[in-house]
Amino acid sequence: MLQDILYPLLILGGMGFLFGAILAYASQKFHVDVDPKQQEVREVLPGANCGGCGFASCDAYSQAAAEGKADTNRCVVGGQAVAEKVAAIMGNKAEDVAKKSARVMCKGTNSNAVKKYKYHGIDDCRAANALAGGNKECRYGCLGLGTCEKLCPFDAIHVTPEGIAEVDEEKCTSCGICVKACPKHVIKLIDVNKRVIVFCNNHDKGKRVRQICKVGCIACRMCVKQCPENVISMDNNLSVIDYDGCTNCGACIPKCPSKTILNLDKIASEAVIS
Amino acid sequence: MAGHLLILLVSSIFVDNYLLSRFLGECPFLGVSKKVETAMGMSVAVIFVMTMTGVISYVVQTYILVPLGLEYLQIIAFIVIIATLVQFTEMVIKKTSPTLYQALGIYLPLITTNCAVLGVALLNVQMGYNLIDSIVYSFGSAVGFAFALVSYAGIRERLAFAPIPKTLEGFPSALIGAGLLSLAFLGFRGLV
Repeated sequence: MLQDILYPLLILGGMGFLFGAILAYASQKFHVDVDPKQQEVREVLPGANCGGCGFASCDAYSQAAAEGKADTNRCVVGGQAVAEKVAAIMGNKAEDVAKKSARVMCKGTNSNAVKKYKYHGIDDCRAANALAGGNKECRYGCLGLGTCEKLCPFDAIHVTPEGIAEVDEEKCTSCGICVKACPKHVIKLIDVNKRVIVFCNNHDKGKRVRQICKVGCIACRMCVKQCPENVISMDNNLSVIDYDGCTNCGACIPKCPSKTILNLDKIASEAVIS
Repeated sequence: MAGHLLILLVSSIFVDNYLLSRFLGECPFLGVSKKVETAMGMSVAVIFVMTMTGVISYVVQTYILVPLGLEYLQIIAFIVIIATLVQFTEMVIKKTSPTLYQALGIYLPLITTNCAVLGVALLNVQMGYNLIDSIVYSFGSAVGFAFALVSYAGIRERLAFAPIPKTLEGFPSALIGAGLLSLAFLGFRGLV
């Protein structure tokens, strides 16, 4: 009786002990020296493994940074603080990290955008998109089923009751997961300091846009003419601001007939524009 | 004797191919078959691990488990052996070829849970092979695994350049390719 318990215990325990000893010996014999800098860099990184830096994981980035193959300011989650620490480890000066935030380039709420059909499928934008491009007449707009909300690891994007995803820029780390997941490619990463934004992703002609959305860009070119810096241009019937030159002056905003261009600071109080 | 071993070798490589006839260990088959180079690396690792597993598990089975009547510990004991071997292989590869280590990535530790490796250990016992048979069968199975993996990687490399309809791009076409390759291997039935 005792043997039934003792033998398996001894055999498996013995095997485990023996193999453990072999592995312990091997790990010394085949020890690979890891660059101590890599260890240090890895420790200051947030460890979210979000991929925002362009590397597969924090480990991969720390290795590249330690070898000097990657800039010290790649970590968008950690921002300036982490960039300075990484730079300190690598012994060079930190370059500025331009903090970005995801922006949903659409204000086609339930009251603004015309619906094509009633959607009763899986609660996921990608599924809805597979069904004739979603339930909005606008082929480019936010579907509002919250695929981004479910995927966001930082709880930074939410679908409002009006049916549009909105980003909480305080929480957004610009990891880009929602940007990749959005089937409409309506989410863009934009420098948080750029406050004037064209909230439309629609490339249709103006007449069509007027029929299907109250706040869509109708490509009237008013903003292009207004811009004192000449950084607004038309890309295929959609107004696009080149953010490198934008000064947040807002000259384009009052002239926009469909109220597509908005200043983030102004709309924060109003929340929803109808 | 030699003839019997040759038949065992050929049948384990072609006829009873682990990936394409027995359908064991499909995870790396789809995971590391994008490039012939990584497929080669994975194959070498699998050949080493599988052959060693075959030998050690045979020894453990015959000289420890059977005399003590502990056959029911087979799976646990074999898993311990496999896990150790994989860890060991990982250390060696990390030391000798960092590039290969990078390329194999997650799939190397995954050999631990690769059912083809456990399969070879268990089948050796089930078929009642002796030590030499076990070595030949384990080695043959691993070579068959490697052969299928590398030839499939070759197919996928070419598929990447082929004009494939949009709906079938990527995994769908890869799976169709795997199915066709499996059909081709089933043609070896009756060879032995």
